[in-house]
Amino acid sequence: MRVQTPNGFTTDNSGKRIVVDPLTRIEGHLRVEVNLDADNVICNAVSSGTMWRGIETILRGRDPRDAWAFTERICGVCTGTHALTSVRAVENALGITIPENANSIRNIMQLCLQVHDHLVHFYHLHALDWVDVFSALKADPKATSRLAQSVSPWPRSSPGYFKDLQIRLTKFFDSGQLGPFKNAYWGHPAYKLSPEANLMAVTHYSEALDFQKEIVKIHAVYGGKNPHPNWLVGGVPCAINVDGNGAIGAINMERLNLVSSIIDRSIEFVEQVYLPDIELIGSFYRGWLYGCGLSGRSVMSYGDVPENANDYSTKSLRVPRGVILNGNLREVLPVDHGDPDQIQEFVAHSWYKYPDEFRGLHPWDGITEPNFELGANFKGTRTDIKELDEGGKYSWIKAPRWRGNAVEVGPLARYIIGYAQDKAEFKEPAERLLKALKLPVTALFSTLGRTAARALECQWAAHQMRHFQDKLVAHIKAGDTATADVSKWNPESWPMEAKGYGFTEAPRGALGHWIKIKDRKIDNYQCVVPTTWNGSPRDPKGNIGAFEASLIGTPMADPGKPLEILRTIHSFDPCLACSTHVMSPDGQELASVTVR
Amino acid sequence: MLGIGNILWADEGFGVRVVETFHRGYIVPQNVSVLDGGTLGLYLVSFLQLADCLIVFDAIDYGLPPGRLKLVQGNEVPKFTAAKKLSLHQTGFQEVLSAADLLGRCPRELALIGCQPLDLESWGGPLTRPVRAQIAPAIELACELLAQWGSPAKMRTVPLPETERLLANDINYENYER
Repeated sequence: MRVQTPNGFTTDNSGKRIVVDPLTRIEGHLRVEVNLDADNVICNAVSSGTMWRGIETILRGRDPRDAWAFTERICGVCTGTHALTSVRAVENALGITIPENANSIRNIMQLCLQVHDHLVHFYHLHALDWVDVFSALKADPKATSRLAQSVSPWPRSSPGYFKDLQIRLTKFFDSGQLGPFKNAYWGHPAYKLSPEANLMAVTHYSEALDFQKEIVKIHAVYGGKNPHPNWLVGGVPCAINVDGNGAIGAINMERLNLVSSIIDRSIEFVEQVYLPDIELIGSFYRGWLYGCGLSGRSVMSYGDVPENANDYSTKSLRVPRGVILNGNLREVLPVDHGDPDQIQEFVAHSWYKYPDEFRGLHPWDGITEPNFELGANFKGTRTDIKELDEGGKYSWIKAPRWRGNAVEVGPLARYIIGYAQDKAEFKEPAERLLKALKLPVTALFSTLGRTAARALECQWAAHQMRHFQDKLVAHIKAGDTATADVSKWNPESWPMEAKGYGFTEAPRGALGHWIKIKDRKIDNYQCVVPTTWNGSPRDPKGNIGAFEASLIGTPMADPGKPLEILRTIHSFDPCLACSTHVMSPDGQELASVTVR
Repeated sequence: MLGIGNILWADEGFGVRVVETFHRGYIVPQNVSVLDGGTLGLYLVSFLQLADCLIVFDAIDYGLPPGRLKLVQGNEVPKFTAAKKLSLHQTGFQEVLSAADLLGRCPRELALIGCQPLDLESWGGPLTRPVRAQIAPAIELACELLAQWGSPAKMRTVPLPETERLLANDINYENYER
């Protein structure tokens, strides 16, 4: 049946159905079903997944000052971002302000996570959708060295270096362990890199794995420990004592210098390895510009990284803030997290129950009541679903909307908004990259654009870390060592009832926490996370979500090996799902794949 | 000594609760680190590279009755991955081990102390009774290994100050399950 969605897409579910489904039925996974037309082009897409339903039941009755520690454990990827969003929500509810140094340190923590996450996401979770590791074994190390030296001054580029890596890789495979390289579609026709480009990229996969551990040392310095750094309502938990010599937890000159040197090395790695790799990979895939989805129409960013403490105005936020609707780049609309008519979640197609299924609820009034029922046309059984019915309820993800509109969030959304706001720091690097690839601006609206925006943002974030580190050091030298405001630490100073929100731009997009406090304890707590926006199912009006929209129109080389689906879904850096297997239309298992 | 898993997900929290409990009760020599690895997945590779010997605690689906504890060592370890992974993009621990191997530095001795979970579905739920009962035996097994490896743990004679516990802010074991 052909359907015209209100947000401008045509879906047709009459052709053969491909199901990319989790290995296990449990939550935390993503399932994607698509229909193909006679030419194997995707003409309908259905994204189904689960998020952390029930965080509010864990938090109800807890001390709001501890909420960050719980939200930090929601998953292993956005740990610090959830914690920061949580302390901001509590501060917003209780009218708590933080000192400038705390703002600088939080920004450095957040930017550090951004740099780290983008790097790890690209090399370790996404690159293998573009890079064929087996082809790297056939590369000529000398030609690889020439290629590497032609694109970057990065010193680790000798023929012997690439030869060594090739030998290590061959041994690794010969030992029978594919390890991180298992369950991929090596040799798939949608891989386009030369063997030499593949070898260079795989080499940098290994270098990035080694380097990423340096970046997170910043979290250990400012967060007291890593993994699981500490956060504090009212500021940051680390004291500053420049003359100290290693007192536990206190920031001294030695530690400030360590952070400074890590920032320098991060900038160098991103500029000499990550960005040249993106440009090189882009040059092989410049003809594969699928995956636009909502990016060319409706995008949203909450904004983040306040220049001035406690100032969340568009002017103060270094990460662009606003909403673009229907491709109108001339108008960036303002976002208000406290306006009950703006951000709302719908459940008409989600496995939850609302008093009125056609109305959305603002997160302050959010309800999370499970209701697992399947549409009339689903195939299989309730415990073994062969095919979902997108006409009914089909996902554990709610459908968040901004004034009723489905939007894409993430690095590409942020770059499009920064571009529309004519901000040179976003516009110029994007234009330089497009020019190098000989592509028009509209090429940004694609899977490749999403992947490129993440790399550009990684560079931007690394330089912003330097800015806030310098600012912090200047403040300390001027005698300002305050890192926390504890004047409202005591719950006795709080009102009996309060509500607030906190927001950040997580690596994968807009993240918001909404809190209600009653009798000094948490009464309601709702998180609306980036993957809820991007992975959302249809809403009551039939608007499709960002994952769904991005797949429509993509041709598949081999429906049994859905590399193109993985490539596009991964370009969003989704924070769920991964072990999947592929089902043929009649439900027979065709192949197994680990989605990363 | 590395505990992994998600404390918010019932028996998935086993590994983290074992290292937390161990740290409260025992002192280890300087060359032993006790780490709450949570669900950090691939990010843990750098800690693995630092270790000569590694004990991992986790909830493992061995296909045994719930609450059964099993020690696996050496080459057998990578065959068992955690029962339910909400880790870094679902990176199984097996992949973390092979990533360390690819980088050329992997622990010489590997031991996995796993417990068969009863409940992995309950978001926000506590450890179930049979799994909880295996924390002490898991610690005993680990103490034997530490002694074999020449770095024995000793029972604390002075209680660990509250500020030095592995988990705080209401997510420590007894407060979480209040």
